[in-house]
Amino acid sequence: MDKPFAITLDVGTSLANKTGSWRTERAVYSDRLPPCNNACPAGENIQRWLYHAEEGGDGYERAWRQIMEDNPFPAIMGRVCYHPCETSCNRGQLDEAVGINSVERFLGDEAIRQGWKAEPAAAPTGKHVLVVGAGPSGLSAAYHLRRLGHDVTIHEAGPMTGGMMRFGIPKYRLPRDVLDAEVQRILDMGVRLELNRKVTNVLDSMREGGFDAAFLAIGAHIGKRAYIPAGEAARIVDAVTLLRSMEGEERPLLGRRVVVYGGGNTAMDAARTAKRLGAEEAIVVYRRTRDRMPAHDFEVEEAEEEGVMMKWLSTIKQADGGKLVLEKMELDETGFPQPTGEVEELEADSLVLALGQEADLSLLDGIPGIEVEDGVVQVGPNMMTGHAGIFAGGDMVPAERTVTVGIGHGKKAARHVDGWLRGAEYRPPPKHQLATFDTLNTWYYADAPRTMQPQLEVARRRSTFEEVVGGLDEDNALFEARRCMSCGTCFSCDNCYGVCPDNAVLKLGLPGEEYAIDYDYCKGCGICVQECPSGAIEMVPETI
Amino acid sequence: MPYQQIKFYQAGSFVVGNRLLDPEERSVQAKMDRSNSLTSGHRACQGCGEALGARYALDAAMRATDNKVIAANATGCLEVFSTPFPESSWQLPWIHSLFGNAPAVSTGIAAALKVKGRTDIRVVGQGGDGGTVDIGFACLSGMFERNDDVLFICYDNEAYMNTGVQRSGATPPAARTATTKPVGKEPGNVFGQGKSAPLIAMAHEIPYVATATVSDLRDLEYKVERAMELRGARYLHIFVPCPLGWGSASNDTIRIARLVKETGLFPVFEAEHGEVVGVSKIRRQVPVEEYLRPQRRYAHLFKDPPRTDVIAHIQKRADRNIRRFGLLPDENDSADLPGHATDAAGGPGSPPHPDETSAAAILAESHEGAT
Repeated sequence: MDKPFAITLDVGTSLANKTGSWRTERAVYSDRLPPCNNACPAGENIQRWLYHAEEGGDGYERAWRQIMEDNPFPAIMGRVCYHPCETSCNRGQLDEAVGINSVERFLGDEAIRQGWKAEPAAAPTGKHVLVVGAGPSGLSAAYHLRRLGHDVTIHEAGPMTGGMMRFGIPKYRLPRDVLDAEVQRILDMGVRLELNRKVTNVLDSMREGGFDAAFLAIGAHIGKRAYIPAGEAARIVDAVTLLRSMEGEERPLLGRRVVVYGGGNTAMDAARTAKRLGAEEAIVVYRRTRDRMPAHDFEVEEAEEEGVMMKWLSTIKQADGGKLVLEKMELDETGFPQPTGEVEELEADSLVLALGQEADLSLLDGIPGIEVEDGVVQVGPNMMTGHAGIFAGGDMVPAERTVTVGIGHGKKAARHVDGWLRGAEYRPPPKHQLATFDTLNTWYYADAPRTMQPQLEVARRRSTFEEVVGGLDEDNALFEARRCMSCGTCFSCDNCYGVCPDNAVLKLGLPGEEYAIDYDYCKGCGICVQECPSGAIEMVPETI
Repeated sequence: MPYQQIKFYQAGSFVVGNRLLDPEERSVQAKMDRSNSLTSGHRACQGCGEALGARYALDAAMRATDNKVIAANATGCLEVFSTPFPESSWQLPWIHSLFGNAPAVSTGIAAALKVKGRTDIRVVGQGGDGGTVDIGFACLSGMFERNDDVLFICYDNEAYMNTGVQRSGATPPAARTATTKPVGKEPGNVFGQGKSAPLIAMAHEIPYVATATVSDLRDLEYKVERAMELRGARYLHIFVPCPLGWGSASNDTIRIARLVKETGLFPVFEAEHGEVVGVSKIRRQVPVEEYLRPQRRYAHLFKDPPRTDVIAHIQKRADRNIRRFGLLPDENDSADLPGHATDAAGGPGSPPHPDETSAAAILAESHEGAT
């Protein structure tokens, strides 16, 4: 025996002692759905593209390509989207929501500046799809269908692309060079575009062109009229016509005092446009109160900053040369406005009606299976109408009427059209559990208030159509991206690797597989779960 | 600056590592080649704060000395759970002798290295609060007084855990232990007893004294690194929650360490030659209840009716620490990044009121509790 005095055993490492056998629960990496992704009408993987953008440099292009997986209009989105992602952002409960929209705009503008191109189309499938309407929904569908390898032809009734992005959204919110650049990028992929080509019967058009399927996205651009007794001299226009005429050579004449009737975003756009056209007074008349207004808060705020005035709880009874008769309303218990019989007069040179829009569905007349309810076409969860092979989306189907929803419809429809053409139903992957605020450990996030986008001085924007909201520069776009808390998703912070008292978290450092848990030694204490900033680990009971 | 301030405001500032940081700016614990001085298979309880603190501290010491560290260990949990003969979890030269003599053993190793001319090899002595504050105290004070070239680390879990949770000189007031039952007019450990080893160490005017917790890894690593830059006697007191002895959930170990600092009950500071040179400011102040409630050793304070008087007394101790050490951030403290406030004199984390910084002034106040 050559051991020291009183020693009978060889010294060994404690690694022989597999303490993992103590465990009753195990830590498991999980992947929860970030609330921003959950809220995005276009189905963007926002957390993922912010993750790339956080790296700066080359990361911007990776981030942009990640957006392009779901949405071909990052620069437009970054301007006109009502960003429900920010409303649902968990960071809003900590300090302020991440300025997702402004980062998206930075990436979109960067792509235009650098001339980044869309990914090339997949191998040709030999199928040909007709898209009716070159608005956001139609262009989105065309883009996704083209990526999937289908031939795509767009028939657009108007003289220009963009739909409501061009004819409904004023220039001060969406400069036309941005719109043109993003549309051109889609056309460059080989999407065929035929302008001034109105489809009168979709089945005829499909037959003539030899199309295998059709996606309809004709929008809703007929302004609703309300019956208002009007004298000869009264000048009444609808908001859609007004906004559309802004694209022409001649600017519409509205006069000194302009009254806009309605409480939606279009009403705000119309009033702000009237201001820019030289109206001294632009007054919005709405029958309910501000908190019940469908317009988004920021639109109302920006309009008020520009001097647009609001008249709540009023309806217009009569219009006559230079004068309107208003009736005061009051809200009943259900919040519905009721007339009071009290009237007042308001001077006005013109009245703009912004009471909503309707779709012109004549191209579907007589087509079997099509179901129309409340002026919109009914579609299934796969965006297909009652007639096999005809899909529809955007403002002409029942949904919230925003650009982003339309883009989301286009993507969704493209996937289902693709499945239908291949004879295999497209099944979206199941949604993960939501990453709620209480699953995060927010201690680890440094306090960092949001970077505000520069705004054109109010004085300047009353008279010009220059863009109101400026963009972020690279420094503050990076700062803003890095405010993302990566809810529910690992962002390689090394916390689990660091905090395990048993060294049972291994750092692999492989892309997509950063860490692994060594169940030989994991005692199941749960510290890694508790200290994971983004809630991307959970405890799972061991089966006995 | 003790270490480079991180330039962006996101999770990377507080977490262990971050993919966006330069490798050099990441913590030792974030590195794939960290030494894992205390490796897997040790028999510490689930969620042991001491096992975590020991790996944090020794890995940092190994990194700072190019892996030239010898450790001497007092008897206690740390020794028992790591080295049940013939197995050992230590991946560095390590020696255990007795409960009370770890500082003296460290002194001996340092002396032997000096004789051999191997002053490149550094000595770390370590133990729990029992082995440090009570049983090994004479040896420790001697080591300090002779200014022997040793870093002594106390892993403070506030009682003798290894033998079944008996009260030590570091047990806080009102805490239940096996020997301080939660009964009678003053349930749990009484107020006005016990001692603060960091303040006593400061009274020796040794080159370096610091406190840290397992919740602020970067601060802890900085302090070990700073200690290894210096020669002579150095003392580091690390707050390590004990789920078993404190009756806290095993996954709450780091959270409780975070709360003790955020209440002010455990001041996190550093001192050189008897003077406080930096404090970690409170980031999100919380009342002491938030710290006490998750621990069953304080459960008797929250029964019906709750002992609001005792809780208020504990809150007073926290408030006094905040005042004495200047733990609340000033208005012009620019950021709350970790370690940012642990700054040299004159910086944002400049020392508290000068009258209160000397060990004598602080010590003069420390037995407030005997009311």
